[in-house]
Amino acid sequence: MWEFIHKFGSPPHFWRLSEGMIPWFGWIALVLIAVGTVGGLWIAPADYQQLDAFRIIYFHVPSAWLSQFGYVVMATAAAVGLVWRIKLAHAVAAACAPIGASFTAVALATGSIWGKPMWGTWWVWDARLTSTLVLLFLYFGYMALRAAIDDENRADRASALLAIIGVINIPIIKYSVEWWNTLHQPATISKLGKPAMEPSMLIPLLIMWLGFTFFFFAVLMLRTRAEILSRERNKKWLRDVIGSS
Amino acid sequence: MEFLTFGKYTWYVWSSAILTFVVLLANIYTARRRLRSRVELARRRLAAEEV
Repeated sequence: MWEFIHKFGSPPHFWRLSEGMIPWFGWIALVLIAVGTVGGLWIAPADYQQLDAFRIIYFHVPSAWLSQFGYVVMATAAAVGLVWRIKLAHAVAAACAPIGASFTAVALATGSIWGKPMWGTWWVWDARLTSTLVLLFLYFGYMALRAAIDDENRADRASALLAIIGVINIPIIKYSVEWWNTLHQPATISKLGKPAMEPSMLIPLLIMWLGFTFFFFAVLMLRTRAEILSRERNKKWLRDVIGSS
Repeated sequence: MEFLTFGKYTWYVWSSAILTFVVLLANIYTARRRLRSRVELARRRLAAEEV
């Protein structure tokens, strides 16, 4: 177990592993997102109440998923980095933030675009929307804190604490539709309950969800490689993989 | 071209789709650009150390 953690936490090992995995993850994501988009926009039937406006779900839900999943990955990596002092874990956490922030912005924007024809307003200060906006600010805060501290080790530790504390917002987002009265609809896909969607509508959504997840890991590996390069100094392996020309 | 329309919600559906794809592409572009610039920076650092 410890050997596995240390091997996986080794930057040269990650560098080699990610080099082979990025194209696979990227192409799988591309195919899944293309199939999911065609399925969501043209194959799934229109909703009986929302008509074609419901098709926004195929962009909104996978983005909202990544916004929260990205934060959980970031906080977990930050905690691993803080507890076991693994540099690669801090690099992963730092790489998660811009990806997660961008998908939180997409979730908010597509939710707003969906809200206008359905609720009659672009924005309401209800629990789901407000807690998701807080998530965006947590990502911004994390990135601003890292940028404000010159020393990499101190930036890693301080931002890790912020990421770990901020993870409390994730269950708040998830259960906000149950804890408070909200305009936002309850969960469509639940692990415990029966999905509130017909299979013809659900399958493209699950394909998009999987495609976005593969996309996240492909971009995460790319960004982590960049983070590793800025952290590694005077290492022989660095010289071997990137050369000095 | 009728398949590109979604009733009275065409604008809403397409703006959501286009925004999502722009952000997906921007993520790839910025990640690749960052990696390229870090590789260049690391190469220059290593070259400077060799001198």
